[in-house]
Amino acid sequence: MEKQVILNEKQFELTLNRLCYQLIENHNDFSETVLIGLQPRGIHVLKRLKERLEQILGHSVTCGNLDITFYRDDFRRRERPIIPSATNIDFIIENKDVVIIDDVLYTGRTIRSGIDALMAYGRPRNVELVAFIDRRFKRQLPIQADYVGKTIDTLASERVSVEWNEIEGLDKVVLYTPENNG
Amino acid sequence: MDNLSVEHLTGIKDLTEKDIQLIFQTADSFKEVINRPIKKVPSLRDITIANLFFENSTRTRLSFELAQKRLSADVINFSASSSSVKKGETLIDTVNNILSMKVDMVVMRHPNPGAALFLSKRVDARIVNAGDGTHEHPTQALLDAFSIRERLGDVAGKKVVIVGDILHSRVALSNIYCLQKLGAEVMVCGPKTLIPKYIQELGVKVEFNLRKALEWCDVANMLRIQLERQDIKFFPSLREYSMQYGLNKEILDSLDKEIIVMHPGPINRGVEITSDVADSKQSIILNQVENGVAIRMAAIYLLASKIGR
Repeated sequence: MEKQVILNEKQFELTLNRLCYQLIENHNDFSETVLIGLQPRGIHVLKRLKERLEQILGHSVTCGNLDITFYRDDFRRRERPIIPSATNIDFIIENKDVVIIDDVLYTGRTIRSGIDALMAYGRPRNVELVAFIDRRFKRQLPIQADYVGKTIDTLASERVSVEWNEIEGLDKVVLYTPENNG
Repeated sequence: MDNLSVEHLTGIKDLTEKDIQLIFQTADSFKEVINRPIKKVPSLRDITIANLFFENSTRTRLSFELAQKRLSADVINFSASSSSVKKGETLIDTVNNILSMKVDMVVMRHPNPGAALFLSKRVDARIVNAGDGTHEHPTQALLDAFSIRERLGDVAGKKVVIVGDILHSRVALSNIYCLQKLGAEVMVCGPKTLIPKYIQELGVKVEFNLRKALEWCDVANMLRIQLERQDIKFFPSLREYSMQYGLNKEILDSLDKEIIVMHPGPINRGVEITSDVADSKQSIILNQVENGVAIRMAAIYLLASKIGR
């Protein structure tokens, strides 16, 4: 497996900062906006964005985590069941501007499930998408991100991993390529 | 995480501890789902489930049906009293006829012990046992243990006494297997005539004095006297049973600790449990009913994930 670092610690930090300012441009003081991180890995992006946004804005931002396991379209196509994670949305999303946050946007199927799952909590006024990494050209559904950390071109056999200081020990984004990949 | 080790849910006896923990973990998520504004998920939209009830039931049947609908499965219901069973059709014929209408899963309650296992070996569908005579009632035991875990944090190390008609109770047997697999200590308590001989072989304690049993336990699961299954008199009168084995506020308050009171329903108020106990804050009877839907969703969801396309 060949390893290539796409974002190092410094670039990682810059990218998160940029995403924050882009969000602030469109959402002002976030009074009508809620941020929703998709389980399991989108919640880490959310956590960092929340910390920074609150620092910049000087007040708290409404955030929640959403688990989409039961809304996936690959149920019964997998060998093993996916273990659901926790959903905690203890606020009303009715008429809010919702920003869905995930780490990697690839086929678009997770986001499709995420939008479906979100609708179980009410009717948001507007839904936007933050993708920390966008693997373009691999979409299977007509879904695009409104805010992108970094866009990359990849092969289906490759794997992109967004790694976090608190879990893997260092903030970075790595592209894994199988050895015999022509 | 691996999937369940079984293809059908015929009894707790066949499950491993890992299976039970997997069902609990999944049920935690479903409990959150059924408390949402929109209490439905689309997971099982391409699955059809038949509920076959050859014996009366309100709670279990509604609970299963609700669980299936919350998972977006298509549901057909069938009760023996209004069916061709009355015209002499065999169980396998009945089920195969239903399966030829493209049904993926069968939830069955039947008066004969082993009916679910029998069916699982002979028809091409996932079988969920919703009670087979005096044998097992796996989803009830799972929801009971789940409710204990919810209230006390864990099942392991807890002391649970099952009081009442152990002889005719499928709830008792399934509960014994389930609680023991999870590491709890189990005692049964009731009149000698209603305790099966050799039940100690299952590794449970036996006590004939209700007060002593209550002093020992953390949780008391009160069972109903199943008069419909009793063809002879096992005790002189319901009044006498109630005086000896009925749980009332007096005895509960005289204990030096606060135990948890459970009941699988339906309750015969004033027989095995008095109204003030059933409605007290120590009682988790209605929590059991709520958890029943989440547990059944989890069991059905996990079994359905093993159905091939």
